[in-house]
Amino acid sequence: MHPVFLTILKRLGLGVLTLLVVSMVIFSAVEMLPGDFTEAVLGQRATVETVAAFRKELGLDQPAILRYLDWLGSVCTGDLGTSFSGRDASGIDRSRPVTELIAPRLTNTLFLATFTAIIAVPLSLILGLLTALYRNTIFDRSTNITTLTAISFPEFFVAYTLILFLASLFQIFPSLSNVDENTLFFERVYMTALPAITLTLVTVAHMLRMTRAAIINLLASSYIEMATLKGTTKLNIILRHALPNAWAPIATVVAFNLAYMVVGVVVVEVVFVYPGIGQLMVDAVTSRDIPVVQGCALIFACTYIFLNLTADIIGIVTNPRLLHPR
Amino acid sequence: MPKSNITNYSAKIESALVYTRRSRFERFWIELRKAPLTAWIGMITVSLYIFVALFAPFIAPYGEAEVFPVPYDVWSDKHIFGTDQIGRDIYTRLIYGARNTIGIAVATTFLAFLIGGFLGLLATILRGWVDQILSRLVDVLMAIPGLIFSLVLLSVFGSTITSLIIIIGTLESTRIFRLTRSVGLNVVVMEFVEAAQLRGESLRWIITKEILPNIVPPLAAEFGLRFCFIFLLISSLSFLGVGIQPPTADWGSMVRENASLIQFAKFDIFVAITPLLPAASIAILTVAVNFIVDWFLHTSSGLKDEK
Amino acid sequence: MRNKKNNKVLLEMKDIKIEGFADEKWHKIIKGISLTLSRGQVMGLIGESGAGKSTLGLAAMGFTRPGCKFTGGKVVFDGKNLTDMPENQRREYWGTRITYIAQSAAAAFNPAHQLIHQVIESTVRSKQKNKRDAQNDAVSLFESLQLPNSSEIGNRFPHQVSGGQLQRVMTAMAMSPRPDLIVFDEPTTALDVTTQVEVLAAMREVVKTFNTAAIYITHDLSVVAQMADTIKVLRFGEEIEEAETRKMLKSPKQEYTKTLWSVRSIQKPEIKSKNIILEMSGIDAFYGNFHVLKNVNIKLSYGRTLAIVGESGSGKSTMARVITGLLAPRNGSVKFKDKVLPAKLKNRTKDQLQKIQMIYQMADVAMNPKQTVFDIIGRPASFFTGITGKKLENRVIELLNQIDLDESFIDRYPSELSGGQKQRVCIARALAAKPEVIICDEVTSALDQIVQEGILKLLLRLQNDLNLSYIFITHDIATVKAISDEVVVMNEGEVVEQGLKSKIFSPPHPDYTKLLLSSVPEMDPDWLTNLLKKRA
Repeated sequence: MHPVFLTILKRLGLGVLTLLVVSMVIFSAVEMLPGDFTEAVLGQRATVETVAAFRKELGLDQPAILRYLDWLGSVCTGDLGTSFSGRDASGIDRSRPVTELIAPRLTNTLFLATFTAIIAVPLSLILGLLTALYRNTIFDRSTNITTLTAISFPEFFVAYTLILFLASLFQIFPSLSNVDENTLFFERVYMTALPAITLTLVTVAHMLRMTRAAIINLLASSYIEMATLKGTTKLNIILRHALPNAWAPIATVVAFNLAYMVVGVVVVEVVFVYPGIGQLMVDAVTSRDIPVVQGCALIFACTYIFLNLTADIIGIVTNPRLLHPR
Repeated sequence: MPKSNITNYSAKIESALVYTRRSRFERFWIELRKAPLTAWIGMITVSLYIFVALFAPFIAPYGEAEVFPVPYDVWSDKHIFGTDQIGRDIYTRLIYGARNTIGIAVATTFLAFLIGGFLGLLATILRGWVDQILSRLVDVLMAIPGLIFSLVLLSVFGSTITSLIIIIGTLESTRIFRLTRSVGLNVVVMEFVEAAQLRGESLRWIITKEILPNIVPPLAAEFGLRFCFIFLLISSLSFLGVGIQPPTADWGSMVRENASLIQFAKFDIFVAITPLLPAASIAILTVAVNFIVDWFLHTSSGLKDEK
Repeated sequence: MRNKKNNKVLLEMKDIKIEGFADEKWHKIIKGISLTLSRGQVMGLIGESGAGKSTLGLAAMGFTRPGCKFTGGKVVFDGKNLTDMPENQRREYWGTRITYIAQSAAAAFNPAHQLIHQVIESTVRSKQKNKRDAQNDAVSLFESLQLPNSSEIGNRFPHQVSGGQLQRVMTAMAMSPRPDLIVFDEPTTALDVTTQVEVLAAMREVVKTFNTAAIYITHDLSVVAQMADTIKVLRFGEEIEEAETRKMLKSPKQEYTKTLWSVRSIQKPEIKSKNIILEMSGIDAFYGNFHVLKNVNIKLSYGRTLAIVGESGSGKSTMARVITGLLAPRNGSVKFKDKVLPAKLKNRTKDQLQKIQMIYQMADVAMNPKQTVFDIIGRPASFFTGITGKKLENRVIELLNQIDLDESFIDRYPSELSGGQKQRVCIARALAAKPEVIICDEVTSALDQIVQEGILKLLLRLQNDLNLSYIFITHDIATVKAISDEVVVMNEGEVVEQGLKSKIFSPPHPDYTKLLLSSVPEMDPDWLTNLLKKRA
């Protein structure tokens, strides 16, 4: 088999293994709950029978390992369990499946993330390239100070400042992004504008700095100097000599920042009351609704692992040493 | 073949460069005078924050949780920045917030460095299976985004200040572990460490005299960066309502509590920017620390670019 | 040597001044050097580190590295002033009329493209030839450079080709557009001597065939003697002297030029000895599954120097690791004064550790940058001999005097010492333990000639004064000749030959020794010509 496939396969295997271990860690969250949590969920007037029934539903009468395998099996078939909320002491169960809670919100979050990525990724790659090419000029230095300042800002500071100017003082965009499934596409874009701009500002600063560093590193290579001394034009140096070697570092930078953005989503969603998975998770943490927390965490972790995996695979398939072994 | 006739050759004159000897303080002072404007702004700002944090009870006009009759009061002589949703003085809470928010972030950063630094050094020196186990463990912990992982753990253990410090300190220690380990491994392969081994020096000597002095400078820069990160993370958690809990004054939760004021910008701009004050306090401190770290990285590593 | 010389001036550099930016300051790198090169002429630029020879070579193309700038003078190439014209016009000369050959071919080729595309890139771009013709021409160049599989090697990627071959491919790349001038920037420095010969021969051949002018930059006089018609000696950014190659070799005018090959002036007479202090017998050592040392047996005599010579990968440094106990051999033993030393470092006694000391190639990393000279030298002194306080201080000063440094050095940090001073402090650190055997691992390789000479003389004097025995690991035959009593020749983990210096350096030789010895360039300008004749 071609060694590239072997390397990719190895990397995929490692990804699956990581996912498995991460799922164990997330699962064990329930194990660490204090013993009396059933009462906290069901309320203090819960009868012995309802508590027992609830414990049985959670499978607390079985050994942890069995429960894990059971849980993992359901997760793989798309069943993330049942929410703790909506239960009460009387034993009447109005709780909803976690998947049902997450699904619409996941779509919203993905919409916001994609919206942001479409703006942020090209913008920061181009700006990063420009600052690297014209480094130590006034343009580069002022960009450096701006981005250094921007990465130091908490997301909610950026968000509220934007609200103050673009929604409160001058009412250009809505300050609340409470979209629902009936919102039309263009209206949705308009309503998500502020959260998307917030995320873009924060992500671009990071991504731009890292792109700049990666490209400066690349341009310092001996073969770039050689290309210069061969009389190659600046444009051709970038296109023919730097770019073929830049895919791996650029993929790493993009993946890292998209992963970072996915986390930034949590805060931004709360600020703009955007019905996404981040807000759902925060609400679940506040009410200690563990199955929902687990479900959300699993989705975030998967995204994170998937993004890093993609970057690594791009790095593998563009590495001439692996593509053309000795 | 011509005979060499450099009879008056001496080792002392062989070098073209003459080095001048300077005390540690002199060197520090020389570097300091070369510091760019941004670094100066950073250092002055950070000193100011530390001063406020240390002497909060003496500076603040009122008590941390003292409640006044009018909630959401406007800016006035009595309440410089007005009052919050249950009538506490915002200015006072901003000052106490410095103490609480910075204090908790510093404690967490120390914890992270204690755990990460110790284990990182351990992995560097013992290598073998200790290194393998620790490194794989850290890989797994780092496969889950920090904010998400802390949310999971906080939902289980609850949001007390102690659990906040322990959870975030432990999670962040993974990065310190990686850094310590990679810097440490670079030092361990140096021949002066080998020379000490060949001399038969004890493990303790090798760690404290040969390795530690060489890994402290890069870790010091990391301390600044990590502090910023942890500070922002804790503020975000508090903002989300799962971090530092009331009535403890803290900047993150203050933003959340007063956020609704922002919609009154058209009527009273001062009231409207009230929730931005704690947010700006957070932003300014992290900017200041980042300015210092940026300068430190440039002076200590010559041309090394960020990341 | 070239006969058909054409006296028309090709390149004229007038009073070139270049400054570089470092530590927030501009430093003068080239302080006003002029250079005239005729068509077809090869000029050698020679000098030690910091002489500015690379900077001057690049300046011949009108190019300065990032962070450097011209502050005076002009470069006139074929009647056109390169320093005056905008960069896009200058670029039309690069890669077509002036080409460049870098020191590390492995780094200078783009890892993402096949070699052939890089070789013909500028030829095709400048429309001298179409792609097909340029490729055919490249293949014939590969052939004349004696590259194996000349028709196929161009399709490979840089990492699939060895260092010596890559260097020749780069020569083909430089020759492809048939330039008027090639700048060679230390093209063989990174290669082993046996490889260097082939590359040198190939480069000289093509330069001669196409009557190309060249600037050949190196720190090695004997290499430049093979390549250049004239030699210019540089030091600290200034010209020391320029002369025709034979004249320069026969009668250099300046003191400094004479010192450049001064190491060859030391000739320690060998002394026979029968008393063995250290012995390795039947050593087999492995890195993982890689067999590094294969049944190695060597002997070191009291108060003598045993030189271990070999190319990179021959296993010579591994021998030091086995003797010191850093690497336990799978078979065999190391005996010190007839007693077997424990194989592992941790099983050795303090006394055993004390008697064998080590000096490294890179003095920079051999000293803790956070310790002062006093700590560095004082620690082994107090550790092994137990002295403290005033006694220790006196001992450190005594050691500093032994290495020709005075006590003002005592509180300096390594970063405040020059290269030679650093290596001296490392020697003092080894002496502080009062050892009987010192292992010197390439201790002079990283140093300039004149500094090397000082270090070698110091080592010889210390050997006399303190009756030390040395194991001297090196790849440099001149150093072996200068310092050794006995020699071990290593190749691919095996001892090829062992014996007194006079025996090793006089025939008959085993094949490898013959190849190795004959490959070492000599100061004679006819050496390469004669060698190639002999080998053919």
